[in-house]
Amino acid sequence: MTPTGPLFFHLGASHQTTPLAHREKLALPPERAAELHARLAAAGALREVALLNTCNRVEFYAVAADSDALARLETAFCELQRIAPADFAAFRQHTAGPEAIRHLIAVAAGLESQLLGENEIFGQVKVAYETAQSAGTTGPVLNRVFQKAFQAAKHIRTNTGISGGQVSTANVAVELALTIFGDLTKARVLLLGAGEIGEKTAKAFLSRGAAALTVSSRTAERAMELARVLDATALPFEHFHNHLESFDIVVSATSAPDAIILPGHVSAAMRKRRARPLFFIDLALPRDIDAGVADLENVFLYNLDDLGKIAAQNLATREADVARARILIAEKADALWQQLLARHG
Amino acid sequence: MPTLTDKTWLWIAAACYLAGVVMGTIALWRERRHSRAVMYVIVAAGYTFQTFGLYLRGLEVKGCPLGNTFELFQFTAWSAATLYLIIGPAFRLSLLGYFTALLSAALTFTALAVPAWDATRRVGIFGGNPWIEFHAALALFSYGIFGLLALTSVLYLLRHYSLKSKRLGGVFAFLPPIRDLDQIGYRLLGAGVAILAISLAVGSVHWLRDLSSVASFKLVATVGILVAYGTTLALRAAGRLVGQRFASVCALLYLAALLSLWPVNSSRPAAPTTPPPAVGLNVSSSPAAAPSPEAASR
Repeated sequence: MTPTGPLFFHLGASHQTTPLAHREKLALPPERAAELHARLAAAGALREVALLNTCNRVEFYAVAADSDALARLETAFCELQRIAPADFAAFRQHTAGPEAIRHLIAVAAGLESQLLGENEIFGQVKVAYETAQSAGTTGPVLNRVFQKAFQAAKHIRTNTGISGGQVSTANVAVELALTIFGDLTKARVLLLGAGEIGEKTAKAFLSRGAAALTVSSRTAERAMELARVLDATALPFEHFHNHLESFDIVVSATSAPDAIILPGHVSAAMRKRRARPLFFIDLALPRDIDAGVADLENVFLYNLDDLGKIAAQNLATREADVARARILIAEKADALWQQLLARHG
Repeated sequence: MPTLTDKTWLWIAAACYLAGVVMGTIALWRERRHSRAVMYVIVAAGYTFQTFGLYLRGLEVKGCPLGNTFELFQFTAWSAATLYLIIGPAFRLSLLGYFTALLSAALTFTALAVPAWDATRRVGIFGGNPWIEFHAALALFSYGIFGLLALTSVLYLLRHYSLKSKRLGGVFAFLPPIRDLDQIGYRLLGAGVAILAISLAVGSVHWLRDLSSVASFKLVATVGILVAYGTTLALRAAGRLVGQRFASVCALLYLAALLSLWPVNSSRPAAPTTPPPAVGLNVSSSPAAAPSPEAASR
């Protein structure tokens, strides 16, 4: 720990160092977090503390009352979670002073996330801070550190490409649909096949406001079951060709050995659709949709390889900006640390 | 403070449009999104200066300044900017402001760069008839609409290429959704055809009274442009001309429409001409000011 300045530190474990089986043991439900807060307060170990508790990380951001605070926090946490201190020591991460500030900004910006640059973590850090605030466990140091960390994380997200582009197949498909239709509130989606990848993609479309979902599968029961789960409509598989013109987006993920959608089927549908575009997403292997469909006017066809390439490009763009983001984080963390030294040194 | 001339205001307007082009190009080069609000303000500033410049010209000719190719180009750029300022905030199309600035800068700078286009100006071309003036202004305004249609069509073609070739990064990431571009293009085409049709209907009343008042080439060119755009609209409505082909036709038709401006202007019947003076706000009292249309026709 830095010999001068506030005794600000971070202690925790995350997906970067801790396997899933151990992370499960470390997870703190809210009631136990409150108990831990109470114990630490009673011991007078920490002046300020906030707990970030997500499925991928359990982290304390704290200002120590004395030099033993870190050890006491560790002991109290292990006792509460009924884990051996040695086990925790094998996975734990600890930083102090400006390093801890850098870590917090990097976490809030999504740089330390399993899916680089994801946005959800920013909200989770905010909730952690607000929870600590309402519990009365934050003070002048944590208030300043968290507020500045939020500003820095926003700046980094805005000024680097670490959050740009989708990196999962389902989300890439949704992004593509948005570049065609603008918004999905009037888009009708047809899902062919009732497998896992199709279901995930259909859920992604529904979560972005797709107007309606219809499921059609060679196994009628599975189609009906999935339609029930997703609050969708089921369509007999043998009839879907006759209804193609009714849909704006077709997600095909069947295990059919040959193509089930041919240029002739789509040409007939497009004549009825007039100027409305039709977007095909072929998630099947072997492919469900004949490649000739892509040559038709106003028809856009993307297969697994296409989506994978876009996801890889987006990820590469994000990764290329990590170094730039780290430099920004270091600048902001060091400046904040200097301010803290001046105020609380 | 010396009074600025109409040409100076038009140069300032062109510089504003160029500033919008430079800002948008730098943003695209850096693969960053430019501020739509800033672009709107830049185009609005250019539009204000251009309006003032054209107003000064209008004071001089006592009507719409549509007396030579220079003024036709200026008025067309002004119409495109007018439309962008009206529909831009409603459609919220990324890059539309950039492309409007590009079109307006191209038209205004081209007009300013060719002195011959403004060497003489026909005065009294409307013969004091406000309906003919209305006809001419409407026709030029429809050209502004077709200009914006050409821009959305180019954006459509770029987006279409990006989706078909599966190149979605870089500059292509800033393009609007293809369906939005198609629908806006369709609406602009409808509006442009309607306004041009009204313009020609108004003009035809005058023509029927005096068949020799309109040169045959002008008649053929303007009716041809209306028929071409009208046919495109009908085919699009019937679903026979859609997507990439529709956008390509709209972009090419605008090129034809622009090219028709010069011969249409040249084919006007002989009218008194005058070299355009530098016109400032104090034009009416300036001894250097050009004679009024009435004086010119005497």
